[in-house]
Amino acid sequence: MDFGPLLLLAILEGTVTAAVLALTAVGLSLTFGIMRVVNVAHGEFFMLGAVLAWFVSQWFPDAPLLAFLLAMVICPLVVAGVAVLADVLILKRLNYEPEATIVATIGLLYIFQQAALSFFGPNARPVAPPFNFRVQLPWFGYSGYKLFVILAAGVLLLLVWLLIARTKIGLVMRATQIDRTTARAFGINVDRVYAMTFGIGAGLAAIAAVLVVPIQQAHYLMGGDPLLLSFIVVILGGLGTLRGTLIAALLIGLLDGLLSTAFFFPPTFAKIMATLLVALVLVFRPEGLFGRRTA
Amino acid sequence: MPPFRPPISGGRHERALVAMGAVMLRVSAIHAGYGPVQVLNGLTLEVSEGEVLCLMGRNGAGKTTLLRAIMGLIPLTGGEVMLDGEVISTLPAHEVPKRGVGLVPQGRRLFGDLTVAENLEVGLMTRGRGARVRDHVLTLFPRLRERLSQVSRTLSGGEQQMLAIARALCLEPKVLLLDEPTEGLQPSMIALIRDTVRDLKATGVATILIEQRVDVALSVADRIGFVSAGAVAEVAEAAALTATAPQFQTYVGV
Repeated sequence: MDFGPLLLLAILEGTVTAAVLALTAVGLSLTFGIMRVVNVAHGEFFMLGAVLAWFVSQWFPDAPLLAFLLAMVICPLVVAGVAVLADVLILKRLNYEPEATIVATIGLLYIFQQAALSFFGPNARPVAPPFNFRVQLPWFGYSGYKLFVILAAGVLLLLVWLLIARTKIGLVMRATQIDRTTARAFGINVDRVYAMTFGIGAGLAAIAAVLVVPIQQAHYLMGGDPLLLSFIVVILGGLGTLRGTLIAALLIGLLDGLLSTAFFFPPTFAKIMATLLVALVLVFRPEGLFGRRTA
Repeated sequence: MPPFRPPISGGRHERALVAMGAVMLRVSAIHAGYGPVQVLNGLTLEVSEGEVLCLMGRNGAGKTTLLRAIMGLIPLTGGEVMLDGEVISTLPAHEVPKRGVGLVPQGRRLFGDLTVAENLEVGLMTRGRGARVRDHVLTLFPRLRERLSQVSRTLSGGEQQMLAIARALCLEPKVLLLDEPTEGLQPSMIALIRDTVRDLKATGVATILIEQRVDVALSVADRIGFVSAGAVAEVAEAAALTATAPQFQTYVGV
């Protein structure tokens, strides 16, 4: 393949990675930004979404489209429910102390992993894509489903933005993020906002996983990469800025696509470069690319 | 807005020369603090409809802690707070403002990244108030109407204070708690805040005002409570005090 078409392929692959990563990272960014909780179990919410999507696909082995649509609804809801329970039963009781919540979410990470191992098993399992058509470009054919993933992630991110920026729920969440004591003094039930935020954050990771699972198989240890890359994206973009998170996700996704597809570096090399990028940003702009300098 | 009940005559308030409406907020012997540090030691006070009670005292006397205790933001270890006949000190913190307590916190504490309109919206949502109240509040502070889409952090100090007061008035509060609203403002702005507090009296709202300036306190307060060591040491009619009264020297140090 000539370099031009290869570059196009790399950009497409990178955009798919970026789209899924952006969804996952926005979920982490919400919990990090609003609740100040470093959710180490975020990748496991992603994994739970993927594993649940496989279970849903087993109910309708002959109707992948129906299974996919059902999974898009059921998986984020179930995972959000699990997250709300984790918030109310565990994080709230720790008063959201930073150190305690880190340890608690590490504990959750192992619990979810072991639960998935017990009920799902140690094997990676594929989920059939909801549709199979290839978009034939002059140089190569490309998966129509992957293009759909980019579109779907874009629509979902737009919905998240509308929720945060344009609705009363979003206003309440933003007010809580800025000053939770004053929010309480204006009748905002901060406990409920936190439970909801943790649920939405986990639900976004789950829906990203439902999108990704026809491309990348479901496995009980698949949560590690999304967790680390999400943290990289959130730190790179700046705490609590949706825009920063999106742009950082695109940056990391395209970096990954270019390095591993166009220049044939091993995938780990892209992660090394991403980590280096974060290190440099932390040195020169500790608040992230788009974060506001505090104090 | 509750109807403005006529003043109760007779000796209901022994300390009151000018009788106000019915008692709106009653703080009875409350104890509270932060962890093991006890700040309020059996503090008692009451404030009536249409009355301005000004609280003065040295730093650390417990004035701000009192407001936090009334709002339910710190737990009481003793005593109770009653609003309009209902005990509110057992409610979760977010229910207290819904009963009609508006807070103008020390240092304003606006939602700085939100616009003026959004800050007001948060206030309106507290008690489900709508366009009518919003319009009324914006009529009180026309400068805010010109800046509705401005991010509140970028307002001037005086405008930020107007917004903090406007946000609290969006609740149509029965009780308004103002924590040093004139702090750091220029004289014209102080005069505006003073006039606003005075005008609010006529609407029947019961106001607790924490104030360090003797002239402001004397010009708006009906009564002045002197707070010392976590309790109200003395309550005096503002009309009976002058700027050189010994209480200011004793309790405030001015």
